[in-house]
Amino acid sequence: MAQELEAIFQKHKRERSSLISVLQEVQYKLGYLSPEAIAEIARFLKISESEIYGVATFYAQFRFTRPGEHEIKVCLGTACHVRGGERILEEMERELDIQAGGVTPDYKFSLEKVACFGSCALAPVMVVGKEVHGRMDPNRAKKIIRALR
Amino acid sequence: MKAEEAFAPLKQRALAEWQGLQESSRPLILVGTATCGQAAGAQAVLEAVREATGRLGLEADIMEVGCIGLCYIEPLLDIVKPGRPRISYSNMTPKLAAQVIEDYLVRDNPRPDLALAIVDGEAMDGIPRLFDLPMLKPQVRIVLRNCGYIDPKNIYHYIARGGYSGFLRALSMPPKEVIDEMKKSGLRGRGGAGFPTGQKWEFCRNALGDEKYIICNADEGDPGAFMNRSLLEGDPHSVLEGMLIGAYAIGASEGYIYCRAEYPLAVDRITLAIHQMEECGLLGDDILGSGLSFRLKLRQGAGAFVCGEETALMASVEGRRGMPRPKPPFPANSGLWAKPTNINNVETWGNTSIILQKGADWYASFGVPGNTGTKTFSLVGKVVRTGLIEVPLGLTLRQIIYDVGGGIVGGKAFKAVQTGGPSGGCLPASLLDRPVNYETLAAAGSIMGSGGMVTADEDTCMVDLARFFLSFTYRESCGKCPPCRVGTRQMLHILERITRGQGEAQDLDHLQEIGQTMIQGSLCALGGTAPNPVLTTLRYFRDEYEAHILERRCPAAACKELTQYYILADKCQGCLICLRACPVQCIRGDKRLVHIIDQERCTKCSTCLQVCPFDAVARVSGKAIEVPSETIPVTAPPPRRGGG
Repeated sequence: MAQELEAIFQKHKRERSSLISVLQEVQYKLGYLSPEAIAEIARFLKISESEIYGVATFYAQFRFTRPGEHEIKVCLGTACHVRGGERILEEMERELDIQAGGVTPDYKFSLEKVACFGSCALAPVMVVGKEVHGRMDPNRAKKIIRALR
Repeated sequence: MKAEEAFAPLKQRALAEWQGLQESSRPLILVGTATCGQAAGAQAVLEAVREATGRLGLEADIMEVGCIGLCYIEPLLDIVKPGRPRISYSNMTPKLAAQVIEDYLVRDNPRPDLALAIVDGEAMDGIPRLFDLPMLKPQVRIVLRNCGYIDPKNIYHYIARGGYSGFLRALSMPPKEVIDEMKKSGLRGRGGAGFPTGQKWEFCRNALGDEKYIICNADEGDPGAFMNRSLLEGDPHSVLEGMLIGAYAIGASEGYIYCRAEYPLAVDRITLAIHQMEECGLLGDDILGSGLSFRLKLRQGAGAFVCGEETALMASVEGRRGMPRPKPPFPANSGLWAKPTNINNVETWGNTSIILQKGADWYASFGVPGNTGTKTFSLVGKVVRTGLIEVPLGLTLRQIIYDVGGGIVGGKAFKAVQTGGPSGGCLPASLLDRPVNYETLAAAGSIMGSGGMVTADEDTCMVDLARFFLSFTYRESCGKCPPCRVGTRQMLHILERITRGQGEAQDLDHLQEIGQTMIQGSLCALGGTAPNPVLTTLRYFRDEYEAHILERRCPAAACKELTQYYILADKCQGCLICLRACPVQCIRGDKRLVHIIDQERCTKCSTCLQVCPFDAVARVSGKAIEVPSETIPVTAPPPRRGGG
């Protein structure tokens, strides 16, 4: 981990305004912000760990636990809400037997709800990893997950 | 004139490249691969196109373009045969795409049966012109002028179509005249508040301080809105050129683009575009020999709606929690790192470049006095033609929803249109003939907002929609000021009770009172506008609230706790379709035996209602339907087969 972090740190100035970009890159690299990673960032930026947690927990993007291999995000924006996004989420919760925000015990899948991906014209929308799936219905969503099992 | 000389080689190269593309002896194939296109399957279509051209041994240029706005019939594939107009094909699948390529490019059959429209040129073979289609006819493309036409990854395409000539024109004028030009155009802030852009620039120009910043707000956080994403994905340079012009007019040396991280493709496109500008000498020191020095940096938002508020956004750029602070001092005097800062929305910057290119008078000829120009909207929800649209200000809601959007899906009744996202309001059918401008929307209790326009039909419960928005603003409230922090929580709590059928008579007065307190007492616009969805639904759809509270009934049969599903014995064919589809297996029955829903275990997911081919599933609220308690033989007459 130390080497990966060092590579990220080298791209940034050692100043407060780098904090969020550094957190983003670390999370992108490691999947989440581990206590060890936060400690390293604190050392690099000369900001206390508690202050970094203060910033990081403010933003919805940051997570502090290990995500699943496949990150599933169900959109519950306005257009998805009006077109039944909640039904997709419920189906996923049933299918994976976890609640939104959770991860399966084998770390294969994690499930999140998000506010909007901006693909509203194709609502309801679900994102698996980096792939955006539009015009979802519960059965199609289930098939996508089953194909990954 | 020095700048023009320095720019000339870029322009020459751009024109040569563009002309080469237009006059090529090889066919050109375009695939729309913006995020929405990809969600509809554009990537697979693109691969099929590559595969087909390879298999057929065709020499063709393949270009990925941004979104032209016809999201409801994506993926789109366009083909330009040398010397022929560009034909657009909609609803493509990999198979269809390969077929069209083979038929048109090998057999010279343009497949009018599959074609949507001719993009540039006259109608032919019965294929209509694109801008004669009902969705596009009322539209005017000013901000979206290049989306779907150019390769957004190629700065020379942008330059060939007039790009950066607005910046050159600005450089030939004193900064004050550029600001006057912006004032004359009548452009108002497209982020939603509608403050005159030229005036805003002037405040910042006149502010004391030698270091000044400009910011592009691309933190498009309104759920239901994607105008800014489409523009950044489809034509990033139009926005960045606007920022260059702003930097010159205001005297800023550094600029930031704050783009939400949920838009990875837009982030990629901006990163690449900045890099290209640097390579072309359009950023850095002494740009084009003009003496202007300007640098641009990209910052990614980290998922906080409140960061759309300018002071919160600046706190976030500085690496802090994105919490707003009181104004004054306004950012024009004390913004980023307490330096004078000017912040505008993506669409405002996108308009800036064309205003300087074509002139203020040209721009002001669109729209209506006081509300000049166009506005982009993401038209979504229950309309037939969902997508990204750009219309002159002053069109009525009816024109937008019915003429452009094609009315409501399935011929259902229109109920409301929600503008302005969580800060806006829900407007009823009686206001459909109001023109869309900053003032009329505000008078109706909503706001223009950045341009989300979500339509709801008779199946949408307005109390539930208000609850949805409050659950959003409650989550996104930063917690700094009590009116917003406590107010959103209390409002949500009351609305949840009402939608569960536990509302009380005094709830409506309480909602009104909390809403007023939030409007008057909140620190920033997030809290000050958060009650709008509740207050407008109370104003226009009070009967729905009363039905929930007094009759324990949801008129739209949408609120789960107040809704039941029944299988009608006189319609059920005993076909097992719903029984198999039910995700919780709460339907019993057998072949040719009437099915029964176990009310205790039903999760009201509505799957049975959607899959039943015989309309035998009923969703009701406030009344029970008599159904058999045991599975009895089917009595309904068999469905008529064949066309009737």
